[in-house]
Order: sequence, then C-alpha cells, then structure tokens
Amino acid sequence: MTDCAIRTDNLTRDFDTVRAVHHLALEVPRGMIFGFLGPNGAGKTTTIRLLLGLLEPTEGRAEVLGFDTQTQADEIRCRTGALLEHSGLYQRLSAEDNLEFYGRIWHMPANTRQTRIKELLIHLGLWERRKERVGTWSRGMKQKLAIARALLHRPPLIFLDEPTAGLDPIAAAALREDFATLAAREGVTVFLTTHNLSEAEKLCRLVGVIRQGQLLTVGSPDQLRAKQGTPRVEILGRGFSETVMASLRARPEVVKVEQRDNRMLIDLRGAVDTAPLVGLMVSAGAQVEEVRRGNASLEEVFLTLMEEEK
Amino acid sequence: MIADIGVVIWKEWKEILSWEGSRGKVGILIVVGLLGIFLPLQMGRAWVESPMMLAYWTWVPLFLVTSVVADSFAGERERHTLETLLASRLSDRAILFGKVGAAVGYGASITWLSLLVGLVTTNLAHGKGKLLLYPVTMGLGIVGLSLLGAGLAASAGCLVSLRAATARQAQQTLSIAIMVLLFVPTFGTRALPEEWKARLLETFMAMDITGLVVIAVVILTVLNVGLLVVAMTRFRRAQLILQ
Repeated sequence: MTDCAIRTDNLTRDFDTVRAVHHLALEVPRGMIFGFLGPNGAGKTTTIRLLLGLLEPTEGRAEVLGFDTQTQADEIRCRTGALLEHSGLYQRLSAEDNLEFYGRIWHMPANTRQTRIKELLIHLGLWERRKERVGTWSRGMKQKLAIARALLHRPPLIFLDEPTAGLDPIAAAALREDFATLAAREGVTVFLTTHNLSEAEKLCRLVGVIRQGQLLTVGSPDQLRAKQGTPRVEILGRGFSETVMASLRARPEVVKVEQRDNRMLIDLRGAVDTAPLVGLMVSAGAQVEEVRRGNASLEEVFLTLMEEEK
Repeated sequence: MIADIGVVIWKEWKEILSWEGSRGKVGILIVVGLLGIFLPLQMGRAWVESPMMLAYWTWVPLFLVTSVVADSFAGERERHTLETLLASRLSDRAILFGKVGAAVGYGASITWLSLLVGLVTTNLAHGKGKLLLYPVTMGLGIVGLSLLGAGLAASAGCLVSLRAATARQAQQTLSIAIMVLLFVPTFGTRALPEEWKARLLETFMAMDITGLVVIAVVILTVLNVGLLVVAMTRFRRAQLILQ
C-alpha cells in the first residue's frame, strides 16, 4: 500500500480557454489533515472533482489511495467520503433518512448502519432532531450532518470543500472541532479546501497554496511561516511615541514598525538580536512590559504569496 | 447492481411521498379516487368490459410518471444534491435505472391500484349480484401495457431531465412531447385519404384484441429499449456536473 493518500503528476484541467488546474504536482501523506488554500476561483473545487474522477484531466494524472482517477474512479469513490461545494442533503428527507440512504449506498449491514448513524448523530449533537426534515435546519446543522454522511462508512479519505463557508464564527468553530475530533479518532486522511487561513493553521499539518490553478507552495504552517514570513517582535507596553517609532525605523535591521493600541509590531530583516532594540525603545521613553518573538501568521504568508504572484 | 438500483428507488419513493400537495400522498389519493371511484361510477360496466380501456390504461401511467420523472435529474441538479450522489460509489447504470425504476413503480402501482379499486366500485355499483371481472386477455393486456407505458414515460423523462436546467423545464418539455404523441395520431389519421382510413379501419377490425395487444407490446418494448439505450449513452458524470 502506498504511503501517499493522494499523488498528482502534472495534473491539468482546461475549461475552454481557462486553465483551472495548471500542472499540479502534489503528494498528500496518509492520516493527516491537508489544507488546500486558495482564493475563490483558484481551482480547489476542480481539483477535488478531478481527484474523485468526476472530471477527466486535460493532461497529467492522479492517484488516490493508489487508484488511478481515470481508470479506477469507481474504486476511489468506493473508498472516499465527500462534503462538496453544497451539502448535498435531501431537504425533504429527515436527517436519519439522509444517512440511511448513504449507508445503504455503501452496503452497510442494517445493524451496523443504525449503530453508526446513532454514534455520529450523538457525537454531533443531532440525535434528538434526527426525525426532522433537513430543510428546516440551520446551515451549521446541515454542514454537521453532511460531515456525518461523509464519515458514515468509515472511509480512509474524505474531501471537505470549504465546510465552514457561510457559517457564523461560533458555528464554524464548533464544526471545525467536530470534524477534527472525528478525523483524529477515526484516523482518516482529510483533504480540506478552504480560504479561511486561521482554520487551516489550527487544523492542518500540511498545507498547499494554490492560485489561478498553480500550486505556489506546500509545507507545514510552521515551515511556510519560516520560509515566507518575516521574523517579527511584538512588544507590549506604553509610551510608544513618534520618537520611539522613528528611532526604531532608523535601525537597518528593522523592516517595518506598526503600533496597535499598547502593542508595537516590529518586522525584522532576518534573525537579529532584539535586546538592542528594546534598549533603544526604553532610552527613547517607552515602558516595555513584555517582549514576544515570532513569525508572521499564515494569513500574512498567504497574502505575501498572493502579492508575489500578481 | 440490483441492490444499488433498489437503494435509489427507496430514496426516490421516500422523496415522492414527502412531497406536499398534488404530487404527494394527497395527489395519489385524488388520482385513485378519480380513476377508481368517480369514473367507474360514470361509465358503468364498460369500465370493465370495453376494449377501449386498453388504450385508456396505457395512457394513464404516462401522465402519472411525467409528473414525477421530470424531477429525477433536473430536480437533483437544482437542489444541489446531484454532485454528491455522483461522488458516491453508485454506478452510472444503478443511478439511471434506479431513477427510471422509481418512476415506473410510481406510475404502474397507482395505475394498478386504481384498476383494482375501479373493479370493486364497478362490482358494487353495477354488478347486480354478479361478479364482474376484466376478461383475461384484456386484464393481462392492461397490466402489461400500463407497465410499458410507464416505462416509456420514465425513460423519456429521465432523458429529458438529464439535459434540462430545471425540473420545471423538464416538465414542460415532457408535457409537450405527450401532447404531440396524443394529438399527432388523432389528427394524423383524420388527414389521411378516405381510402386509406377505410383500409386501416378494416385492418383493425379484422384483428382480435390479442393481436392488438401483441403489436402494442412490441412497439412499446422497442421504444422503451431504444430510449433507455439513448439515456445510458447520454449519462456522463462530467457533463452532469458541469451543466
């Protein structure tokens, strides 16, 4: 059995004159949450459709769980679960019937099916409302149910296409926690597309960034921050006057200085010693309470990548 | 594959029965009431004995099936459930045959239920102490032709629904097709020269019911198979997703 859940080689898909996926070369190891980041129209959904064998590539090839997407798409679909762009739930059916239908599709024996449906609905807090028509539910509840459907037959790989899109922050956080817990408990590989960068940062061990169909970079969030992000010092305190800021800007190792309330953010040129900077600030009249070192957030890395590629 | 077809039929029926209004349970009761009680009361013994009922019961499932089959693919596309269904392990044929099977089951079962209720009504209202039954050839003919009529509408409906943007559009296209099927033979035969009409009538009069049923079964079977084959060749996952 291959160590990679997903492997693409030169994968390309054109729609008339538009190249939606551009020579994509990607490897996703088994058993992890992989974040596929990109702005709207970057080619994330098309990539999922190609990986599920729902679309044929214009060029190149892809393997999912060791199966070729063009010649063994049925095998792939037998072994994967998916929450695609839309939840895909039957609004006039109850939550239980929606899961019952997909359980039957995957030939789960009746007893196993019932037990599994109960287990998932209880975990997601939907058991009490299982008889209700899905059409009457909130978007957050529907997304939870769609995740339960994707995990129902215990697939080794699931595709989640922007699962928290359109949810309020509280519902999104709850859903994130739910599928992270379930994925970890069941040891599944998750291919998660999102443009929510904090979501990717919290959940993913590996992320790939795509823009206009092209893969820009792949790595763990820490690696990307180290590779792309600027070293940064965050200083908490008071008295961050114009004099303090001007003296910092005059230093050659300082790239940028920004003040946010009682915080001073200083972007540095490389890994430099921060003690002289703190000393300089104190001598210029600032009162320093705390000094934190770190890199830029994944969001800043992402924005930098998008800017570089323009 | 049979099990997979059964699963799709199970889901389709669940959805049909969950409909509110004229297409749901209330609609079924109205149809059965009309075809099984009201019309037999109006027509009397002819409801059971007239050979014209063969043609009637072939048309009934066509209308019944048309009301649900337009929704088969176009409705799923409209409600954004189609892509998830296509991303499941179901084969193309299981999905297509399941949709066709569900529509045929809907049309044929309501037709047969109406047939049965109609028989009871006719006996109660017009039996005068005697048990009225459909003649064997006619009874078998009605069952077979109604099934084939339902199949014809279901195959054509799925074919139209595969391409239609919305269920409403599919429904309109199907309604027009049925009107054409109904009116072209009616007005077409009127337009024929008198000599041809006389010869045609003579040919029909010379045939017995069995002969007519066999000819109708052959024609409907060929049309059913032809439409199913076309629907199978038109079923393309990529196209269904991108439409």
